[in-house]
This record gives sequence, structure tokens and C-alpha cells, in this order.
Amino acid sequence: MKKTGAQILCESLVKEGVEIIFGFPGGALLPLYDTFSQYPQLRHILVRHEQGAAHAADGYARVTGKVGVCLATSGPGATNLVTGIANAYLDSSPLIAITGQVATPFIGKDAFQEIDITGITLPITKHNYLVRDVRELARVVKEAFYIAQVGRPGPVLIDIPRDVFQVEAEFVYPNKVNLPGYRPVLQGHPSQIRRAAKLINEAHCPVVIAGRGVIISGACAELKEVAEKAQMPVVTTLLGIGCFPETHVLSLGMLGMHGMAYANLAVDAADLVIAIGMRFDDRATGKVSGFAPRAQVIHIDIDPAEIGKNVRVSVPIVGDVKSILEVLNKQINRSEHIDWLRQIEQWRHEHPLEDIWEGNGLLPQYVIRQIYELTNGNAIVVTGVGQNQMWAAQHFFYNKPNSLVSSGGLGTMGFELPGAVGVKVGCPGEVVWCIAGDGGFQMTMQELATIVQEDIAVKIAIINNSYLGMVRQWQDLFYGRRYAGTKLWNPNFVKVAEAYGISGLKVEKKEEVIPAIEKAMEHPGPFLIDFAVEPEENVYPMVQPGATLAELLETPKPQKAPSLGL
Amino acid sequence: MKHTLVALVTDRPGVLNRMASLFRRRNFNIDSIAVGHSEQPDLSRMTIVVDGDAAKVEQIRKQLDKVVDVVKIFDITDDKTVARELALIKVKSTASTRSEIIQIVDIFRASIIDVASDSVTVEVTGDEDKVNSLLELLRGFGIKEVARTGRIALTRGEIGPLLTRKDSKIPKQPPKPLSSEMESPPNW
Repeated sequence: MKKTGAQILCESLVKEGVEIIFGFPGGALLPLYDTFSQYPQLRHILVRHEQGAAHAADGYARVTGKVGVCLATSGPGATNLVTGIANAYLDSSPLIAITGQVATPFIGKDAFQEIDITGITLPITKHNYLVRDVRELARVVKEAFYIAQVGRPGPVLIDIPRDVFQVEAEFVYPNKVNLPGYRPVLQGHPSQIRRAAKLINEAHCPVVIAGRGVIISGACAELKEVAEKAQMPVVTTLLGIGCFPETHVLSLGMLGMHGMAYANLAVDAADLVIAIGMRFDDRATGKVSGFAPRAQVIHIDIDPAEIGKNVRVSVPIVGDVKSILEVLNKQINRSEHIDWLRQIEQWRHEHPLEDIWEGNGLLPQYVIRQIYELTNGNAIVVTGVGQNQMWAAQHFFYNKPNSLVSSGGLGTMGFELPGAVGVKVGCPGEVVWCIAGDGGFQMTMQELATIVQEDIAVKIAIINNSYLGMVRQWQDLFYGRRYAGTKLWNPNFVKVAEAYGISGLKVEKKEEVIPAIEKAMEHPGPFLIDFAVEPEENVYPMVQPGATLAELLETPKPQKAPSLGL
Repeated sequence: MKHTLVALVTDRPGVLNRMASLFRRRNFNIDSIAVGHSEQPDLSRMTIVVDGDAAKVEQIRKQLDKVVDVVKIFDITDDKTVARELALIKVKSTASTRSEIIQIVDIFRASIIDVASDSVTVEVTGDEDKVNSLLELLRGFGIKEVARTGRIALTRGEIGPLLTRKDSKIPKQPPKPLSSEMESPPNW
């Protein structure tokens, strides 16, 4: 039966199991939007800025494991998606971005709202398509979903000219793809796995560094088995947080620039690093030439191009983490590593994270810790970028995969609110806390309207220090405290929320924190709390740029408070 | 060290752009790139010469391999290959220098393909060294224009990009058609 391009697109999305589309209409998309009424199974969520659509689809994809779909019109609509697409690309999130394009006869003529979005997104997509013929559309959608999900996930953009939506073609959805140039290796090479097992069995001080690849592959249980069997401590990257329970005795938490001191010291002292589904980002490794200087490195990743890109590797294993860990687990011996674990316990004792010092004002770490306590850790935390993100990573303990959703690779301020929209839509049964900075929140706070219109019950905690805090911290530590361009005048966030019809509270004192969080949780809908925290609090520990993981700065401790009893 | 990469890519619009933009983005330099049809009707063949150490070139090879339109890509630097480049060189000439130019061209087994009152155009095929030597000799007469294709290369004998090294040990096996399962290039 013949269908229009718009119908073919909708049918194809339905075939791919799409339920939610985050989008914003425009001229080039009118024929598509006109078709949506025929497909009530596709829920369209109207955002207030296309960047929000991309972040929401990204957040949705991360927590559901499904492909997130965002939609924008040609020209400015498409360019507004760019940050969100880049964010998904760097964090390996499966995203389909659909953009309208001017009608084919106008392409290349600098027509109204025409932009070469396939050209613009070339370096930030796994692949992209300009569909010039409606007969290609179904195949392109099939391929795009395949490429976005299979292997290392990532964004794929489909640019569809307005006339392609309108012309008719026979609709047959292909049941398989023919992509001779895209065949990711999934099975790890057996002899490399044997070599890895041998190294693990011989190691005295092994450390596992687990990244988001473990979560994407669904290999958290396998990781736990391997770590427990060989008694290997596990550190995670920022995006790997949650792949291994942070309250587990073998968990050392996050490594890197603001990682736990004991995690960084363990990696520095290790004789074997088993890097799983991570890519040795500079924020994780510190100075690359001084990274784990005593260690041999086993690198397990699905992307062959990540092997040897930043760090010299002794045993590379390319393939799907889950299947590799299953095989590896059979070949490793039970070990105890008593001395090594005792050494790590000593570091943990000497460099504890648990103490939060008693300041004059309200401490951001305390706020995050109370959110953890009051939710019993049963929440999905979506963060912004900067200090709020690091405190959220440090002071909330994550025991489930995908319980922290954060912009890692690109470091996109403004991800928090639209990201949380996507997370809540994807997991309506979960409590979702959006932990925002006062700077980042103002980049995308127009999505408060989306939250109200679509009834998305996100709890928002603004860690408000009236600064662009992380930049200010660097100015404090490395630029002689010359605070250029970092002091913020802020609106009254509670009144902003009120203007959108969202309830809110401002918290200035420590004793108001717990009641405010309780109120937010009791409140059925979205709720915003503006925490006016200590303005010049810094994130510690910190590995300075250019330093190795062992050379870390710790909190200059003014007065020590009694431990919070954790 | 110069490395020769051979890529078989799908014959679609924008493929060259995808490849070239990756070089720029990953901070690699292309010495030369030559593109044309291959033995398969739907595939183009690219021969790319890059300068860099083995690790750097292996990194760009793997990045290029991730481009969906790249069906196969090999570094054939260490293989036995035949490599050629074609150059067209327009040299200034006068009645008195013409015969000397012709002599040099003959020695290089190059040929003169166009003659004008004040210039001759030379066509030369060979490896880069040969083309460079001829250019050097002709420079004294004054070179008006040069066009070079960049290197193209084939491996000697049976091994080709569509056959992996493992396959080549199996005698007389025809190349596998594209649609069937192909061995993935890097076997770690």
C-alpha cells in the first residue's frame, strides 16, 4: 500500500518500537506533524528549545537502553540540536535525530531556513543521512536504528526534505540491514582473553576500572562476579558510576580529577589495570604519561579505535564486555589479595571522603548527602556540569546502573533539566532528582514549561553558590583568585518556578535542608529547591591539570566536624 | 614514515568528505589521496598516503574503519606492493632546450604529450622517487605547471583488500562476495 513519506517515517518509528519523540515543529516539518494524529502510539513531547529535545532523548536513551528520538525543523531547529547530538556522541548514547530540510529543489540555494546539517554533524554522529528519495526512507530509518544501537552506541541523524514527507511510495519495512562497512566485533578473541586471565591470575595489586561500557553492555552482574572471584577492587569512571555497587566492600568509587583519593592511589600503585568499557579520558587518567606507572593494562572495549588511543595497552580485547567477562570469569582463579586490600583500606582510612566539615554556611556536600539519605539512594540523579556534578558523584552513593545520569565527555552545562525530563519520561516510576548548578540551570530552564505541560514530576535541587563554581575554583587555585566572569547575579529561582506553576522553596540554613527535601518528596508533582550554599566551597580531592593521579590536592581542613556516621 | 592505506568505500555522495574530515578532526595530515572505481561496481577505491609513526597510522586506520561507508581498509605499507603515480609536467622550452628535454624524458621512459612554441608537457608514470627525480631535472628549464595523481597501489599476488591474509592461504578460493559474512579486519 502506498504511503506518504511522513507516514512511512511514522510507520518505521513504530516498527522500531519508538514510543516517545521529543520535538519542536517548524515549516519543513509541517507535513510530518500533520501525520502525527494518525499515530497516537507515538507520544510527542513538545520542548521549548531543540537542545532540550536532544538532551531529553539522550537521557531517555541512557536509562531505558532504548533509542532516544528527537525531532527538529530545518535551519535553526537543526543547529539547536547540535550540542545535544555532540553530547550523545561523546557519551555513546543511542540517539536518532530527525531534522526537516527544505524541499529538494531548494537544496543548495540558501533557501529560507536551509542549513547543511549533515555537513555540520559529520564529526559528531556515528553516521548521518540526507534522504533525497522517499523510496530510501524506510531503509535509512532501519539502518539508522541499527547503527545507533549496535556496537558502540551513538547518535545518527536523518535529514528529510519537506517534499520527501509529501510524496508517496510503497511502504515495505526491511527486516534486515545490508551494511558491509559496519560489522562491529562482538566476540572477544579467545587467545587474548586467555592472556588477560593469565595476567589477572598472576597480579598482586590488580584494579578494575569500569566505565559506561559495562552498563551499556548489561554486564554489571558479570563484573561483580569477576571482581568478587578474584577479589579485585573496582573503581569507576564518572559515567561508569553505578555499574558496581558503591557500597560494596570492593568499591573504591570514582577515579580521576575529582575522584576518591584512595581510588586514585590504588590505580597509581596497581600492577595490573583491567579497564573495561572505558576510554581513558584525560579527566580520568590525569597526566597520561604518569598513569598507573607500574601496571600492565588490559583494555576491554567494543571500539577497536579506543585501544591504544591514549594509554599503552598490554592486552587489548575488542568485543562486547558482557560476553568477554563471561568467558574471562571461567578462566580466572579465586584469589584473595589480602595485603593489597589491606593497603587500600589504609588509604581509605587516611583519606576519607565521609567527613564533611562544619562551615559557617550551608554546605553543598551536606545537601547532596541528605538527598541520598532521604531517598535511601532510591533515585535517579541527573546532574549539570561542574561542582554540582562532582559533589553529586562523590556524596551520593549509587548502587544501581544508570542511577547517575550526567554529561561526561562533552561536559554540557544545561544538560540537567532536559536530561531529567527524558529520564523521568523513560522511568516514570522512579524518583528523579535534577541536581543543577545555578549557572547551568539558567541555560535550559525554559524546559520548566515542558515539565508542567507534560506533567513530569522531576525534583529539582539548585546548588546555588552565585558563581560559575568550577571555573571560580580554578581561578581560585590557579589564577590568583581573580574571579573574572564567574560571579552570577541570579533571579529568584523560587519565583521563577512559581511563574511556571511549580512549587518551590529557598533553603539558606542547614536545619531547613531535611524538611525541604521531605516536602519536595511528598509533593506529588515537580518541585524546586534553591539551596543557597557556601559560595566559595571547592571540590576536593583534586588532581591538578598536568599532575598524576597520586599527586592530589585534598581539602585544606579548617575544622573537622564529627563524622556523619556513615 | 610514509604509510599507504587502501580503502574500499561505498560509492555514495559525501564519502570523500567523511574520510577527509576525519583526517582534519583527528589532526592527521594526508600526503596524497587518490580515488577511483574499483573492481566492484558499487565500491570506490581510495589510496591514501599518510606520514606518521606506526601507532599514529594504526589509530587513523581504525578511526577510518569506523566510518560506515568504509567497507575495508588496510595498511599495505609492509606488504609487497606495486605502487605508481602519474604526473603531468609542463616545462618551459625553447628551440635550443627542447632536444635536451626530450633526452631526459626518454631516459625516464616518460613521454611528451603536448608541444607548444614555448613549452612541452611531459607525462611520467612511476613511483614517487622517479617522479621527483624527473621533476628535479626539469626544474632547471623552468616548470610552468605540475599535476600529480598521488600514489595508487595494489598488493602483489593473491592478497587483496577483499581477501584477508588468512583467506589467502586457502588455495584457489574465489573472493567472497560482499553480502556474505566477511572477516572483520583487526583480529586482536
